[in-house]
Order: sequence, then structure tokens, then C-alpha cells
Amino acid sequence: MEWTVQRCPAHCPGLALMTKQMTMNEGAKNVPSEPSGRVEDKLFYNRYLVDSGPAHIKVRPHTTPSPRLLSMLKACPARCYELNDKGHVEVTVDGCIECGTCRVICEESGDIEWSYPRGGYGVLFKFG
Amino acid sequence: MIEERFDAIVVGAGMGGNAAALTMAERGLKVLQLERGEYSGSKNVQGAILYADMLEKLIPNFREDAPLERHLVEQRFWIVDERSHTGLHYRSDDFNEEKPNRYTIIRAQFDKWFSQKVREAGATVLCETTVTELLRDSHGRVVGVRTDRDGGEIHADVVVLAEGVNGVLGTRAGLRGRPKADKVALAVKEMHFLSRETIDARFNLKGDEGLVIEAAGTISRGMTGMGFIYANKECISLGIGCLVADFQRTGETPYGLLESFKRHPSVAPLIEGSEVKEYSAHLIPEGGYKAIPQLCGEGWVVVGDAAQLNNAIHREGSNLAMTSGRIAAEAICLIKSRKAPMTAKNLSLYNNMLNGSFVIKDLKKYKDMPALLHTHSQNFFLTYPQLFSKAMQDYVRVDGTPKLEKEKLMLKSFIKARSWSGLFSDALRIARAWR
Repeated sequence: MEWTVQRCPAHCPGLALMTKQMTMNEGAKNVPSEPSGRVEDKLFYNRYLVDSGPAHIKVRPHTTPSPRLLSMLKACPARCYELNDKGHVEVTVDGCIECGTCRVICEESGDIEWSYPRGGYGVLFKFG
Repeated sequence: MIEERFDAIVVGAGMGGNAAALTMAERGLKVLQLERGEYSGSKNVQGAILYADMLEKLIPNFREDAPLERHLVEQRFWIVDERSHTGLHYRSDDFNEEKPNRYTIIRAQFDKWFSQKVREAGATVLCETTVTELLRDSHGRVVGVRTDRDGGEIHADVVVLAEGVNGVLGTRAGLRGRPKADKVALAVKEMHFLSRETIDARFNLKGDEGLVIEAAGTISRGMTGMGFIYANKECISLGIGCLVADFQRTGETPYGLLESFKRHPSVAPLIEGSEVKEYSAHLIPEGGYKAIPQLCGEGWVVVGDAAQLNNAIHREGSNLAMTSGRIAAEAICLIKSRKAPMTAKNLSLYNNMLNGSFVIKDLKKYKDMPALLHTHSQNFFLTYPQLFSKAMQDYVRVDGTPKLEKEKLMLKSFIKARSWSGLFSDALRIARAWR
């Protein structure tokens, strides 16, 4: 899964918006099935300033994901957590809406490291 | 390092931080407020309802220029099952008063205005700056903050932590724990835009009249949670929240829940044809009185959501944040005026003043409520709403069944689902927790 930065004049002229694109080597089978609520569509409403630097959330390298980490595949409201083809949980923070749910569930156990994005970066709420 | 030294640094520009920064700046303290968003408000998420009384104490004439949406004239509580809602509606023309008591607001816009007042009062507001840690001296006293800007160490006599429900600084410094999964809810929200006339017609409103709908029942699928619908001028804030621990346990998705709530037959017609312009998520402190951490220490105080000050039963949070921010600031100003140091002992004045306010009194009143609702969520958020909805339908449907027989069947359905002792103890539990 890869995020690309695009311009979207319809929603927010002059600001970076992202669309999620599937890369060639990734199978659709790895995407958790969620029949209701297309999160990608929802995130498309939002404005973001994407930081090209280090991600503000990091998943600890693992061989088998812990139940806490696996619960994030469903609990993350922006669906930033996904299972890769090796069975590892990965996080892509570009669509993160900075709620902190994964911090509450996974930080104490060391499954993830969590910080806020650098000043000015991340989601930019128009309404909040 | 910024050589300049401040009387106080306020971390965060939400309701609590703005209230604190404004109060201190107005009283002549040299205040620096740090905010990670591009402007104050750009990271802030709330339903949102503004409680006028608490803002009046800070900005008496706020109605003149604050970006308010609608003043509330009606409150609807709904108990819902899959296809119905049973409502308790309260509407009063008394709320069409000169100085209305509650307003819907849009936080990003409101907070920008609030921040302007903070600047006008003389505080320095620095945005796009994330505070990464608290600076401590060799005795462990908090003496300032480190930010993600180059040479970003800044010193002050006291640091006001208004970093929100998911504040990381206090935890990193060992001043308080992380929010626990069974003590915070995750709410997701969408902004649905419609014409003003459409909103007026659908909600029976005119002028700047506004309305709130709060819904509990099968929409949370047995989890401790609630849906909400707030009418703004030209949009509707619609969302749903449940305990993080419940999401973790059940594997339900927040957006799945939101979609179901939107499709509920009582909700769908209200937002039909709307244009969604934003999707947001935020944590809400739900632990109540028992989850309040230490509120002050050597060189620091914590206010608002960061201190878990939220009345989940009455859905009041921003007013507790504003009040705790103001009271913390007043305490700091008093200490300053005595030329006394910002020690834990002196700052405990904030604790004492807060204890005397509605903030702690209200939270204390409901101290047992969170545990009750969180441990019996299946009963309170699924079983009872289903039983209640069925009973209401039987009551209003005219089908030739004698009324006495209907009543017997209703009672039987309750006893079958919860048993006599279960019904009795649920009633007792609620009565006790409500006291």
C-alpha cells in the first residue's frame, strides 16, 4: 500500500490530498474486509500536510503480531493498520486523524511507538 | 534555546489552554502558548456544544463576535433498536432568550476566534510547534518545555498542560499514566452539509434555533456508547462513540458503526442528500472522578481533557476544560502576586479551588456511573433498548389484543430477559450511581 500526494481542486484548492493506491505486488486479500463504510472515501474529505520525514507512529518489528496489534486492523478509525503478505502488521500514517486510539491500546505493551506529528504536519481540520 | 523567559507556558490551544492563557495574560503575566496545529483549532475535535456560562466568565461579551452556530431550543434523547426510536424530547421557548445558555459551534472556527482573544490579551501564541518533552531541573521540578523547533528549549516558572485527552507529555514525564482503554471512548464524526432551509425544515427550527439528538441503544451493538446529531447553521455534526476497550474486545469498526447509525431509519431522512466535508475522530475521557490524575506538582498543572475532566453522563467536557483552565490560571496569578514560587504545595491552591467548583462536585456525584455502564453494557445498551422498543410498539399498535394481556406479555418479556432479581439489581445500581 502506498500513499501518493495529489492536488484536489474540487475539495481544497492548493492543498495536498492523498489517494490510496494499490501497488503491483500487493494482493487484495491482505486488505481486511469491511463491507460498510469506505474509509478511503471518508479520508478523502480531509486535508493533510504529509510529512516526508519519519512517521509519527512506528510498529515494533515482530514475527507474529500480538492480539493488541491485530485489534488495530479494525479499531483504527482511519484504517492505517494493515496486515502485509508476511503476516506482519504495518502502519501507514498518512491518513491518520491523530485520535490516539492505537496509543491507548498498543503503546504501553511496546507494540508501537507513538508521538504527535511534527508541528504543522498531519491532519488539518477545517471544522473539527 | 529561546533566551526569553516566561511566567507561564501553556501547552495546547483547546478550551482549557485558551482559558488558561487568556486569564493569565489578562492579569499581566508573560504567557507563551504552544500549539502543534497550523492555527489554534486545526487539531481540535468536538461535537460540539458550547456552554455559555463558562465562557461568559472569561469573555462576558462573547456573543458580539464569536462564531456561534445555533442556540439550542430542543434536546432529544432517543432509545433506539434496529428500526425504531423511543424519544424523550424537551423543547422550550424559554431557550429563545436574550443570552442563550447553549450553542452549537464548529470547533476549528470557534477556537480560531478564541485564540485571537488570547493574543489580544497579550499572550504570545506559537503555532506549528509540537512540544516533545518537559524540561526538569536536578530536583525534578518542571522548568520549561522542549519543542520540535530548532533550539526549542523554552523556560518558564510554570507549565500548564492543556494537551488534551491524548496528552503525551505528562505520561512521558511520569506525571500521570496513559489513558486506559476502558476509561476513554473513541468517537468518529462526519460533517454533513445541507441548506439552512433544509435543516430548519427537517428539525422544526427557525432563525438561529438549534437542536441536539442523542441516541443510545442497539446502534452501539452492545458496547458502551452513544450517537449524536447536532444541528449547525448549514451543516449537521453526526457521530458515534464507544469505549475503546469495547472496540478492542468486539472487533467492531468505528466507521462501520457510523455507517449503520447513518442508515438507521430514524436518522437517514435527516441527512438525506447532504454533502460530507470532513471525517474526524477523537478520544473522550469516560473514567470520571476515579480516573482524575494528580492535578499539579512542582512547576506544573494539568487542565481539561488531559486531566480526564469530563462529565460523560451529561456530555459536558469543554466547559470543564474552560473552567479548570481558568481556575488553574487564577491560582497561578494568586501565587505570582504573592511572589511565591510555583511549588507543588503552592499550586495545590488550584486543586482546592477546583474541588470547590462544579467541576469536581459533578464528577464526584457520578463517580460510580462509569463502572456501572461499562461493566453492564450488554444490558444497558442492547437488551433494555430492545425490550423497551418492543414494549412501545406493542403499546401503540392496535391489534385487538386486550390491554391487560399486552401488559402481562410486556412484563414477561422483561423478566425473561433479565429475571426479577436482575431487573431489581439494575434499578438499584442506577439509583445508587445516580445519587
